[in-house]
Amino acid sequence: KLCKQYFPVDILSKILSINVDLQTDATLQVDISDALSERDKVKFTVHTKSTLPNFKQNEFSVVRQHEEFIWLHDSFVENEEYAGYIIPPAPPRPDFDASREKLQKLGEGEGSMTKEEFTKMKQELEAEYLAIFKKTVAMHEVFLCRVAAHPVLRKDMNFHVFLEYNQDLSVRGKNKREKMEDFFKNVVKSADGVLVAGVKDVDDFFEHEKTFLLEYHNRVKDASSKSDRMIRSHKNAADDINRIASTLYTLGTQDSTDVCKFFLKVSELFEKTRKIEARVAADEDLKLADLLKYYLRESQAAKDLLYRRGRALVDYENANKALDKARAKNKDVLQAETSQQVCCQKFEKISESAKQELIDFKTRRVAAFRKNLVELAELELKHAKGNLQLLQSCVGVLKGDT
Amino acid sequence: MAASSRRNPPPLPGAENQDPLSEMAGEDSDEGEDIFVGNSNPVAEAFQPDTANGEEPADLFSEAETSTAVNSSITTSKSNGVHSDNENDLFAEVSVELSMENPSTTAKSSGAEFTPSLTLSATQPESMEQLEEEKDEDSFDMEVAVTNPEKIGDGMNAYMAYKVSTRTTLPMFRNRTFSVWRRFSDFLGLYEKLSVKHSLNGCIIPPPPEKSVVGMTKVKVGKDDSSSADFVERRRAALERYLQRVVCHPSLLQDPDVREFLERDELPRAVGTHTLSGAGFLKMINRASDAVSKMTIKISDSDAWFDNKLQEVESEELQLRKLHAVVDSLVNHRKELCGNTAVFAKSMAMLGNSEDNTALSRALSQLAEVEDKMETLHQEQAASDFFILAELLADYIRLLGAVRGCFEQRMKTWQRWQEAQSTLQKKREVEAKLLWANKPDKLQQAKEEITEWEGKVTQYERDFDRISVTVRKEFLRFEKQKSKDFKSQIVKYLESLLQSQQRHVKFWEAFLPEAKAIA
Repeated sequence: KLCKQYFPVDILSKILSINVDLQTDATLQVDISDALSERDKVKFTVHTKSTLPNFKQNEFSVVRQHEEFIWLHDSFVENEEYAGYIIPPAPPRPDFDASREKLQKLGEGEGSMTKEEFTKMKQELEAEYLAIFKKTVAMHEVFLCRVAAHPVLRKDMNFHVFLEYNQDLSVRGKNKREKMEDFFKNVVKSADGVLVAGVKDVDDFFEHEKTFLLEYHNRVKDASSKSDRMIRSHKNAADDINRIASTLYTLGTQDSTDVCKFFLKVSELFEKTRKIEARVAADEDLKLADLLKYYLRESQAAKDLLYRRGRALVDYENANKALDKARAKNKDVLQAETSQQVCCQKFEKISESAKQELIDFKTRRVAAFRKNLVELAELELKHAKGNLQLLQSCVGVLKGDT
Repeated sequence: MAASSRRNPPPLPGAENQDPLSEMAGEDSDEGEDIFVGNSNPVAEAFQPDTANGEEPADLFSEAETSTAVNSSITTSKSNGVHSDNENDLFAEVSVELSMENPSTTAKSSGAEFTPSLTLSATQPESMEQLEEEKDEDSFDMEVAVTNPEKIGDGMNAYMAYKVSTRTTLPMFRNRTFSVWRRFSDFLGLYEKLSVKHSLNGCIIPPPPEKSVVGMTKVKVGKDDSSSADFVERRRAALERYLQRVVCHPSLLQDPDVREFLERDELPRAVGTHTLSGAGFLKMINRASDAVSKMTIKISDSDAWFDNKLQEVESEELQLRKLHAVVDSLVNHRKELCGNTAVFAKSMAMLGNSEDNTALSRALSQLAEVEDKMETLHQEQAASDFFILAELLADYIRLLGAVRGCFEQRMKTWQRWQEAQSTLQKKREVEAKLLWANKPDKLQQAKEEITEWEGKVTQYERDFDRISVTVRKEFLRFEKQKSKDFKSQIVKYLESLLQSQQRHVKFWEAFLPEAKAIA
């Protein structure tokens, strides 16, 4: 009953900070113009503006849910044609469980706190809920924009259906059996991945990329989880300052002596500083933690690309060996030749596009980090200066009084 | 500190006292801290009503001549602000109004057992208005410090010794500066002694820091980590504050036990302070029974002031406990933040290493360094949170407990008086019966008992009045001290936050160009 049913979300696309150098050209622009949060699902309004002939209109919107995004992503992954590209990582599932739980606990504990405390906490939890909501919308939007910006993926049929078809795509979530299948597929894949990774590549570029990505991915994963923990501690400290402010306020309202007035002033100060502290934690979350999380997923997608290429290389080498054997035995040579040709083509096609993709990945990464680190530093500065000013003026007033 | 003084030097023989005065005059205005001389010179406090007009300055200040600093400010009727000497302007006044304006109330206050020797009377005015108008008097001829904790001995018999240094110009001490070595149980012993002597008068005895078996054991065992060091520092600071509060209290300072504690080289080991001793258990039991009896006594007091104040104290204690719990939580979260930041910094450094774009790699390493510096900031902040804020709150929670004890003492006195009255009533009834039954010898005894109890009733009533005055005075003094303490400590805390933010700004300003340099 405490969960807000509706969060209007019109400025969300501006929050987009993860992906930077997305060429937004007029031929195809995609964004999420609105979002609605219901019981246990979120409904995104996907808005498209396009001059491409493929679409019936120049501007249109549809409503999509998270599962449909996943369906789209998976269809890219399973498409052999796209084996040579870094598939933009799927957006994470909207997860309001923690927030909802907190709101529920608050509702249960309503009797045990003062009205002011309750209203305050409720406001904060609602703000937290809103923040998570904004983030999930941003993640989904980033995914669509990446697809729209990709020269090949943007032409994909499924993508156009996703954007245009204004009925439910009837993409049901995977049932238990399918999930089990996925699980085993992943196990096999990672085992295979290890084998494939063990094969030394003749091409220096790819060999270097392989080593680099492996190490990078692991370290980003580490940094991502550590940044989460650090930011959580920060939030906890800000919460404590909030409670200190409340208690000081109570102390200050007990009487009208000097000391009580003093307490009230200090309480006011802490109210303000903790808002700033909360903003610091939120900004760190957005600029640092989210950045790391995103590149965790993208570096995984890049690794997947390398795996596919590695797989194709192994297939090609195996086809070569088979051809040699066939020639030696002089049996099924034509078949072996065709097979080898196919493998060769596949491998070369992947290699070619993979190289470009990986270079683009690097450029994007550097640009995104630059943008976010600069913004992070600027925000940290802004907040620290804000805090400083508050403290200076308060200390000045307090000292002047005594 | 350098408030205008209206001190007229008493008519002491010899002009030799004038010169030191003028020397002090020059120095005092700027260097009040270093030079104890000239500030709050003691004023004889316990006047008998008749002598309240300063007619016996010579007697009371005979001791004074030995000290160059002492020129008491016995006020004559000139004390209303007329200075006779220019030098006197520079000396802080010491509750001059006290002795003159309220001869009637001084009589009652003598019950607080002030010795006729010189006393500090920083905040001793009697009337309510004066009590509340009195300017902040924070200058004392007394400074104590607790420093240099040293571990003596080894193993489970080891203990920490602390150096207690005193600097004073009070004549009751043998020297001006001196120091002794004391251990924790000595401080507890001092508290016990003061408690026994003064709590019955309604004085607020500052409580000492708490014992900690766990903390001490770690130290004894020789665990050489930061938690032991923290514990020792925490205890040292707490002992220092405790002593400072004791010497701040005008009547406690007069107590010979306090003097002995500060001066005497070797102090006999305090018994009865050991946690597991028989005396310790006895104390626990007594406290428990006290708690029960506290709940049942309720004075039908015509003076609602005490009831109101007690309620205020109780609710304040509640709030302070709450606040303390939250501050504790903050300290823990900041320590957590500190740890997590350090870990994150390392992780960032690793990421920077594996990044192959040189500029980005450098920027990430720089970010790692910034986060490292943040960690230091957080650590210092947590220490600040703790030592300035949390300890302040803990001290005052304990002090409020002592204040409550004070009020309860008054209630006990009242109860004793009431009981005496009812006993007297009974005795009178017995006498009446005996009169009727005509038994002359028993009658005599009854009459004697009645006289005895009449005397007791008068005595107890007087005790009650006396303790009421003391409690009231003590409470106001406490409130003032508390107000000052909180203000100064919180301002100190805010200043530490301020400094932290300044460094925050510096660090990020240094990082920003590095981030912009990424290409």
